[in-house]
Amino acid sequence: MAEDIRAMTAELAADPASLVFLELGETLRRRGQLQAAFKVARNGVARYPELAAAHDLAARILADRGELDRAFEAWVTALKHDPALLGAHKGLGFLYYRAGDLASAEKHLAYVVEADAGDAGTSAALAKVREEQSAGLPDGPTAGVLAPPGEPDRRSEPASFAPSGRPAVQDELPFSFEEPSAARLDDTVFAGLEGGSDSLLLVDANGLRLGGGLRSPAGHDVADAVAAQLSGVSKEAARAARLLALGEWRGLAVESPDGNLYLTAPTAGSLLLTARGPELPMGRVARLAERAAGAARRWLEGIR
Amino acid sequence: MTAPGALLERVCSVRGIRGAVLVSAADGLVVAESLMAGVDGRAVAALAASLVNRLGRAVEAAGRRAPLFVQLAAESGSVLAVVCGSELVLVAVTSPDANIGLARLELLEAAGRLA
Repeated sequence: MAEDIRAMTAELAADPASLVFLELGETLRRRGQLQAAFKVARNGVARYPELAAAHDLAARILADRGELDRAFEAWVTALKHDPALLGAHKGLGFLYYRAGDLASAEKHLAYVVEADAGDAGTSAALAKVREEQSAGLPDGPTAGVLAPPGEPDRRSEPASFAPSGRPAVQDELPFSFEEPSAARLDDTVFAGLEGGSDSLLLVDANGLRLGGGLRSPAGHDVADAVAAQLSGVSKEAARAARLLALGEWRGLAVESPDGNLYLTAPTAGSLLLTARGPELPMGRVARLAERAAGAARRWLEGIR
Repeated sequence: MTAPGALLERVCSVRGIRGAVLVSAADGLVVAESLMAGVDGRAVAALAASLVNRLGRAVEAAGRRAPLFVQLAAESGSVLAVVCGSELVLVAVTSPDANIGLARLELLEAAGRLA
């Protein structure tokens, strides 16, 4: 067993509520260990039935196993819990394309490209779909020339999946493609603060995103992946400060060559990540974090 | 490469630093230490390495390169950690009145010599 899988398995065994199952399942999937990956994902879905990322993971594994009908259901479920989840839109775009429903494929892929303009793969897929639409290709299963999200090209595989008889995607999914922001997470948490939607991220103790967002320096949406990784940080910081007789922890400053990050706990059950580029000194990032933590506290008190 | 002991002594000469530990990043074990009485080097090593590793995964997920410097700020002091290459972490424990900027510079310089 590879060392990283062993470590994540041990972490999950020690804390079955850990969100490390998302990373473990994805790592197993990428290495082709689909049975083990699906077991991890299934347990994760059972523990966190409202966690969109868990359904997304299960869907990717099912797609790899060729169970496209079940993958479709899992991605639809993921979008019911997080209508802005780009991975699920990519997956559904892929499945609709394979089924020959170019209009629905176009809507899902366009949503992804609108939210993440830096996603070159999806942009290319969208261009391909639009090209076929404008060429007036007949309906029906296609040759499956689009690769599923994060996967190599599968053009040699038969297009066996056809969600025939399903309602149009606009009727099935609880949001409008024309107004993608309407059903996103509450963006009012950091209203008025610079970077409130892409460099301030509020998560709960389980690593679930409460508000804000985060993009990588390359422009990719990394909010949910980072939120999952932050699930145990608050506890670990508190434990370290306590065991070293340093009292309550107040903040975690992290310097990377690509930027400065500051973590603080607005409340006992939440964690706030403030991210800025390397050009902004850490002292100023910490000041921004203080202000954002105040906004987060007020917002959390308001929804109680 | 300078001897770790001498570098740790130099780090500890900064006002407010109560001790410094060179830690194996993979397992959190002490490689070398220079500590004032009352500072548990093994606990510092284990906790700091674990925290740095966890933060490293989060930073990686955020699309950034691995952390170079980490500060855990608490009401009675701080834990500072500087990554030295891929195998070592240099950790210092400070009192609340320490000059964190100066301590950071000293740690980064020491880490550069250890790497």
